[in-house]
Amino acid sequence: MALLEIENLTVDFETAMGRLRAVDGVSLTVDEGEILGIVGESGSGKSVSMLAAMGLLPWTATVTADRLAFAGRDLLTMSARDRRQIVGRDIAMIFQEPMTSLNPCFTVGFQLTEALKAHTGLKRAERRDRAVELLQLVGIPKPEGRLSSFPHQLSGGMNQRVMIAMAISCNPKLLIADEPTTALDVTIQAQILELLVRLQRETGMAMVLITHDMGVVAETAERVNVQYAGQKVEEQTVEGLFADPHHPYTAALLAALPERAHARHLPSIPGVVPGLIDRPRGCLFSPRCRFATAHCRDVAPVEAAAAMGRALCHYPLKNGEPQGHPGPVPAGEATA
Amino acid sequence: MTDTALEKEDGAPAARGGRIALLIEFWSYFRENRGAVMGLAFFVFIVLVAILADVISPHGPTVQYRDALLKPPFWEEGGDASFLLGTDAVGRDILSRLIHGSRYSLFIGCVVVSLSLMIGVVIGLVAGFFRGGVDTVIMRVMDVILSFPSLLLALVLVAVLGPSLTNAIIAIAIVQQPHYVRLTRAAVLGERPKDYVTAAQVAGVRLPRLMFVTVLPNCMAPLIVQAALSFSTAILDAAALGFLGMGAQPPTPEWGTMLAEAREFILRAWWVVTFPGLAILATVLAINLMGDGMRDALDPKLKRS
Amino acid sequence: MTGNGDVVLRADGLTRDYEVSRGAFHKPAFLKAVAGASFTLSRGRTLAVVGESGCGKSTLARMVTMIEPPSSGRLEIAGLDVASADAGARRTLRTKVQIVFQNPYGSLNPRQRIGAALEEPLLVNTRLPGRERRERAQAMMEQVGLRPEHYDRYPHMFSGGQRQRIAIARALMLDPEILVLDEPVSALDVSIQAQVLNILVDLQETLGLAYMFISHDLSVVRHIADELMVMYLGRPVEQGPREEIFSEPRHPYTQALLSATPVAEPGHSRQRIVLRGELPSPIDPPPGCAFHPRCPLAFDRCRVERPELEPARGVHAACHAVEEALAAGRPIPKATGAAAEAD
Repeated sequence: MALLEIENLTVDFETAMGRLRAVDGVSLTVDEGEILGIVGESGSGKSVSMLAAMGLLPWTATVTADRLAFAGRDLLTMSARDRRQIVGRDIAMIFQEPMTSLNPCFTVGFQLTEALKAHTGLKRAERRDRAVELLQLVGIPKPEGRLSSFPHQLSGGMNQRVMIAMAISCNPKLLIADEPTTALDVTIQAQILELLVRLQRETGMAMVLITHDMGVVAETAERVNVQYAGQKVEEQTVEGLFADPHHPYTAALLAALPERAHARHLPSIPGVVPGLIDRPRGCLFSPRCRFATAHCRDVAPVEAAAAMGRALCHYPLKNGEPQGHPGPVPAGEATA
Repeated sequence: MTDTALEKEDGAPAARGGRIALLIEFWSYFRENRGAVMGLAFFVFIVLVAILADVISPHGPTVQYRDALLKPPFWEEGGDASFLLGTDAVGRDILSRLIHGSRYSLFIGCVVVSLSLMIGVVIGLVAGFFRGGVDTVIMRVMDVILSFPSLLLALVLVAVLGPSLTNAIIAIAIVQQPHYVRLTRAAVLGERPKDYVTAAQVAGVRLPRLMFVTVLPNCMAPLIVQAALSFSTAILDAAALGFLGMGAQPPTPEWGTMLAEAREFILRAWWVVTFPGLAILATVLAINLMGDGMRDALDPKLKRS
Repeated sequence: MTGNGDVVLRADGLTRDYEVSRGAFHKPAFLKAVAGASFTLSRGRTLAVVGESGCGKSTLARMVTMIEPPSSGRLEIAGLDVASADAGARRTLRTKVQIVFQNPYGSLNPRQRIGAALEEPLLVNTRLPGRERRERAQAMMEQVGLRPEHYDRYPHMFSGGQRQRIAIARALMLDPEILVLDEPVSALDVSIQAQVLNILVDLQETLGLAYMFISHDLSVVRHIADELMVMYLGRPVEQGPREEIFSEPRHPYTQALLSATPVAEPGHSRQRIVLRGELPSPIDPPPGCAFHPRCPLAFDRCRVERPELEPARGVHAACHAVEEALAAGRPIPKATGAAAEAD
């Protein structure tokens, strides 16, 4: 059953230099109990699309979508009060910087029980017990003592655990994790990812994991969306994506990973993500794609079939070969 | 291995080089604040008045017309069109005095701000860079200065040095200086640990250059705002000192001194008091609005994407 | 002049202590940021320093670039002992070691145009006339892939990857022999990271630079390093050639680091070693081996006696378990199973 349904989401920002399209016609679904990974680099709009779904964008943003629904309820036409019922209780979110995501002026216990107070009818003593239970669930030793600690007294990893505890306090159906481990050391990152996967398994909640780290995606996600410059360019199961990427961007991204390097030189992707000006008329990736043709530069591509990863490409790849390409196809791996 | 696609992505309207682009960026933020733009417009107007004072002033500022003492403004009965805003107790044209007085006010503002800025910045840099004992001593001295009511302290200094416009300027500059020291020191403490400062040190940049060329330009934003705001404070303080007879001495057409001379005429001849007061008010207000606008435009956190 | 493989920097037992004041009424605490690091840097080769927060890698970088003097130990650059060098010799030495920082957004002076930033090292250290400085700056810009019209622009007009190129260019203006790179690609996207890594590899080959590459990203390190030094809480715990360490890490911490690094291969089956607990505070390190509270192989000796770096078949490792296993002719112990568990 589809829990979160997003169809044709577009988010525009009013900036000092004009209108910036951060998310451009992204569609995705998250089913109950599954882990969806959204992968992309800076400027891909991966965080913005989730913030838009939660209704957390600033006033400078304009959100439009054909459909934006959670558990069958339409989020677009919902009143602010109804939305507050859902966000924080049924949909929860954790962020990248644990040091700044928690309010430095209040204790951990206060912040934990705040969410409980807003969404459950528990009495004070019950809330406190639940808070201790939650801290235990996320693996914080001596939880009773920690309730009166302030965020700055805890390490980054601990703070992240507290944030996770806050997020799951009301048993959400969907947890959105926005780069939850990027700011953490590698060994702590392993702990947090392990925790998230375990919680997900135990509670059966769905999880959206936003990251730029292909390794994290490979190890954690079941299904993956790849985003580039605000558009969704590929959607596949995680095994399929890594074995046979269908969009040239995904293929180039995988090839650029140092762990897949064969030679001293890494095959890098020339150029940069399109910004405000110079947005290509056709495919947004065409200036950097080694398979690009004049057709790619002029005409915006449509989504390919599901079997081809719904790749947003005129000539999606199969085993590294662009299908239907007029040729000639440049040989070898792209180098800088 | 030139990345030819690199040139396309810069985004910012930097077709022209560096400094002009920065100014354009600053102006586009500044002009969003209407109050600030009006303030700037008025300030520019005052500057023009000061520059062209000799040309546009209908009479000399110290010329006394014995047969036109305490004449009311031209729209009142008994007024005279040749003295648009009336005359004072010794027959001097108020409008001309106001016009020439703008020179003094601007002069005071500029000199006070320049003095306290230059001295305050150097002391602040020293405190921020050397830390330890030097920092402690400097900041305690500044604390002592700040703990006195500013006008009172200026008054004491002028009383010691002798009442004159020059001494008033010096006194006010001394009194305002701790603000700059504090701001500079705080900014230096914030910038000092940053990577670019370390990079400069590794490149061999030595302390004087590090202080003035590397770090100082990055501390300018709060200093510029403080300078704009203390410009108006300087004018007010000079006017207050003048009002108390400790600043510019008569017959100098400084606005505050004009107020002092007109004390006894508040009820009898309201125009002698009101117009200098309004001039001070309008100028100070304009500068404050401008300063607010500058702070908003220069504050990176308020910038949109 | 020196050729490839020649040693340009020798560090012997470098240590750096800090005094941390604990208020007016307590004795100040002693923080050993780096304790006993010994290594060499050679022309055309890269030493990677790997570790997490608090391991001392940044402090090590500051000592090597002579920003901070070591509290004890010996640092020799281009054959000259840094501690006994006079001011003039020190200035010369300074031009031999340069640094590139992690944060491309903080390492360039926001109020300085990049042309001026590139010329500054020459302005301060040489007597070259303005025209020649400008020529050299522009030549360097081209070498790192920047266009000449970027010369008059301010840093905020560039992207992260471009700023790193500028930072690299600036570091090379004085023709250094050693480049310290403090997490130079950690803040960059994967595709930009690849571009910058390629530039670094090319420059090393063309200019014969010695790199000290600090990173926590083991996949990047595996690609670029020749030798590895793994640090934990200020001490090197494992040191040796890259392939040796990656194929068979000796020290349990190295094993944990390697297993914790996510691999871009779904279904990659491996024994994940998830360490218990948090990184300890450097002010109050655990007694004996600093790693023992989190180590799956810890035993009695570890709690009491601090291990020294001992040879362990081609690599140096500071671990009692490894030392005893090798002495008894047993294979290197694996830190899996046993006490390793997620909290």
